[in-house]
Amino acid sequence: METISNNKGTTTMQEPEKADLCFGIMALSDCAVMAVAREKGFFEQQGLNVRLSKEASWASIRDKVVVGELDGAQMLAAMPIAASLGIEPFHVPMITAFSLGLNGNAITVSDSLLQQMYAMDSDAMVSPITAARALKKVITSFDRKLVFAHVYPYSSHNYELRYWLASAGIDPDEDVQLIVIPPAQMVSHLGEGDIDGYCVGEPWNGQAVQSGIGHTLVTSYDLWNNKPEKVFAVQQDWLDRYPATHQAVLVAMLQAARWADHPDNREELAAILCNRGYIDAPLEVVSTSLHGNLEVLCRHPAQSLSDFNVFFRYAASFPWVSHAQWFISQMYRWGQIGEVLNIRQVAKYIYRPDLYRQAAQLVGIPCPLEDEKVEGCHAEKWSLNDIEMGRDLFFDGSVFNPDNVVDYIDHFDVNSLNVDIDALKTVANRPGAQ
Amino acid sequence: MNLRVMLIDQNRGRVAILEQALIDNGYEVVARSSVEDNLIQRISETKPDVIIVDMESPDRDTLESMRCISRDQPKPIVMFTERSDQFSITEAVKAGISAYVVDGMNPGRLNAIMEVAMARFREYQALRDELEETKSQLEDRKLIDKAKGILMKLKGMSEDDAYRMIQKISMDRNIKIGEAARNVIMVADLLVGDDKP
Repeated sequence: METISNNKGTTTMQEPEKADLCFGIMALSDCAVMAVAREKGFFEQQGLNVRLSKEASWASIRDKVVVGELDGAQMLAAMPIAASLGIEPFHVPMITAFSLGLNGNAITVSDSLLQQMYAMDSDAMVSPITAARALKKVITSFDRKLVFAHVYPYSSHNYELRYWLASAGIDPDEDVQLIVIPPAQMVSHLGEGDIDGYCVGEPWNGQAVQSGIGHTLVTSYDLWNNKPEKVFAVQQDWLDRYPATHQAVLVAMLQAARWADHPDNREELAAILCNRGYIDAPLEVVSTSLHGNLEVLCRHPAQSLSDFNVFFRYAASFPWVSHAQWFISQMYRWGQIGEVLNIRQVAKYIYRPDLYRQAAQLVGIPCPLEDEKVEGCHAEKWSLNDIEMGRDLFFDGSVFNPDNVVDYIDHFDVNSLNVDIDALKTVANRPGAQ
Repeated sequence: MNLRVMLIDQNRGRVAILEQALIDNGYEVVARSSVEDNLIQRISETKPDVIIVDMESPDRDTLESMRCISRDQPKPIVMFTERSDQFSITEAVKAGISAYVVDGMNPGRLNAIMEVAMARFREYQALRDELEETKSQLEDRKLIDKAKGILMKLKGMSEDDAYRMIQKISMDRNIKIGEAARNVIMVADLLVGDDKP
C-alpha cells in the first residue's frame, strides 16, 4: 500500500507514524462515519490502510484496545471515561477527540406494556413525561417487576433510560429491573416476553416496529436534543506514540462525517452499511432510520426526525468537555463513581477538543472556540462562532451548566449516590481547580 | 475443592473439547452456554467460581453488567491485571478468550485453568487453519484433474505432459498451480464453447 504524500500546499501535516491500522466497530448505524472513511477512501487519502473489525461486545472492544489488538475503536461515549477513571476492572487512560454522531437511540416497549400504559392514561403518548408517568402507574399496580434492557453499564442508553424513568419518580434500581443484553437479541427477547422494553440504537427499534413486536415510545433526541452517543477513542499511550497518525485519522473521519451527513448521500450510506457487511439487517430497516422515518409514538406527526442521526452538522463531531462532565454527573448519580474527583479536570484529560481543532483546521472545517457549553437552553437552531448549532433541550425542561456540575448531581431526587457530595463541592470550588 | 467452571462459547465443537480438557484436569464444568440462555439466571443457579468466555460472545456485556448490580447475586469480574505470575492478558485476548472470576475466588487459581483453555483455543485454531488448507488443496486437485483432462483431449497430450504444462504456466506466471489450472479451464471454455458432458 503506497503512502500518498500530503502535498496539499498550505498544510503542515506530518507523515503518519503507523499506516496499517485496525479499528473496532459494532454492528450499529453509528459506525457510519468510520465505515464511510474506509469505503469512500478518506482513510486511504491520508495514507492510512485501515481494517475495520466488527466486534461482538463492548467489553471485547475495550479489552482489545487495552492490549493493543485494536489501535482504536468506536466506543460508547462514557467508555473512555470509565476506563480512565479506573471504574472498569482496570485503569487505562483513554482519550477521544472525535464524536461519531449525535442521537440515534430510542426506547421501545412490548405491545402489552403499551396497552397497559394506555389503560392508565389514554393520552400517555402526548410527551415523554406523560409516558413515564403512565409507566409509573403501571409499575405501582403490577404484580411483578418490569424488566428493561440496555447495552452496557457505561452506556448513554443506560443513562437515558434511567433519566427518563426517574423523571416520573421511578427508581431504576428499586422499582424495575435493568439488565444488559446484546442489541441483536433485544427484539427476540421482547417478542418472547422476557423483557418489557429496551433502550438501544438502530436498527433494533425499527426492526421491532416493522416486525410488529414492539412500539417505539421516544427517541434519545426527544429526551435531550442532539445528545452525545458514541466516540472514536484510543489509549492515551497510543496517542503519545502515534500523534501524526491520530491526526490523519481525525482528518479522514471529519471528511467522512461531512459526507455521511449530506442528505444526498443517505441512500448510498444505507447501502454501504447493509450491503458491505457492517449491519446485518434489511436495507429498508436501516434506510428508514437514516432518513428519519422511524415510527415514534411520543412525537407530533408533523415533527420530522431528520435529526435522528446527526453525523456532522451542529458541530456533531466536536468532543465537548461539557459532554464528558454530563456523563460523569450521571455516573456519580447512579453510584458508578464513589471517588471524589475534580470533575472538570478529569474530563479535560479524556475529551480532547484541542486535537480536534488541529485536525479541523487542516481541512478548513470551522470549529467551536470554547470547550464547554450549557445544555438545555436552545429551543431553536442557534449560531456559535459561525457554526449552525441545533436545539439542545431536555424533555424535562432542565438545564445543565458545566460550571455547576456538583449542584446538578445534587439536585436529582431519584439517585443512587455513593459519594460525599460536600467533599465533591469542596474539590470543585477549590481555587485554581479550573 | 474442585473449582467450578462455566463455559460460554458460541463454537460447539470447541467448547466440547475444552469441557473435556477441563474435566480431565480435575475441574468441575458446571455449565456450558451458547447464546439465548438466560445467562444471569444460569449463573445464579450453577454458582461457578470462574467463567471462561470466548471473545466473540455477545454475552460478555451481560457478564460485565453483573458486577454493577447491587442485589445479592454473583458478581463476576473480568480478569484484567497483568501480573508476572499470571497468564498474560494479551495472550489470552489474542487466543480469543476472556476469564471472569466470581465473588472472591482467588485469582491465582485461574492460572492453570487459563493455560488449559488457551492451549485448547490455540489448538482449535490450528486445526481450523489446517482444515482450510486441506480443503484448499483438495479444491486445487480437482481443478488440476479437470485441466489435465481438457489438455489431454484438446491437444492429445499424455497425462504427464498435461500436468507439466500446467506446472509451467504456474511457474512462468508466478501463480499458484490451482490458479493456473483454473486459467486453463477458463480459456478452454471460451475457445471451445460449452460442450460439457
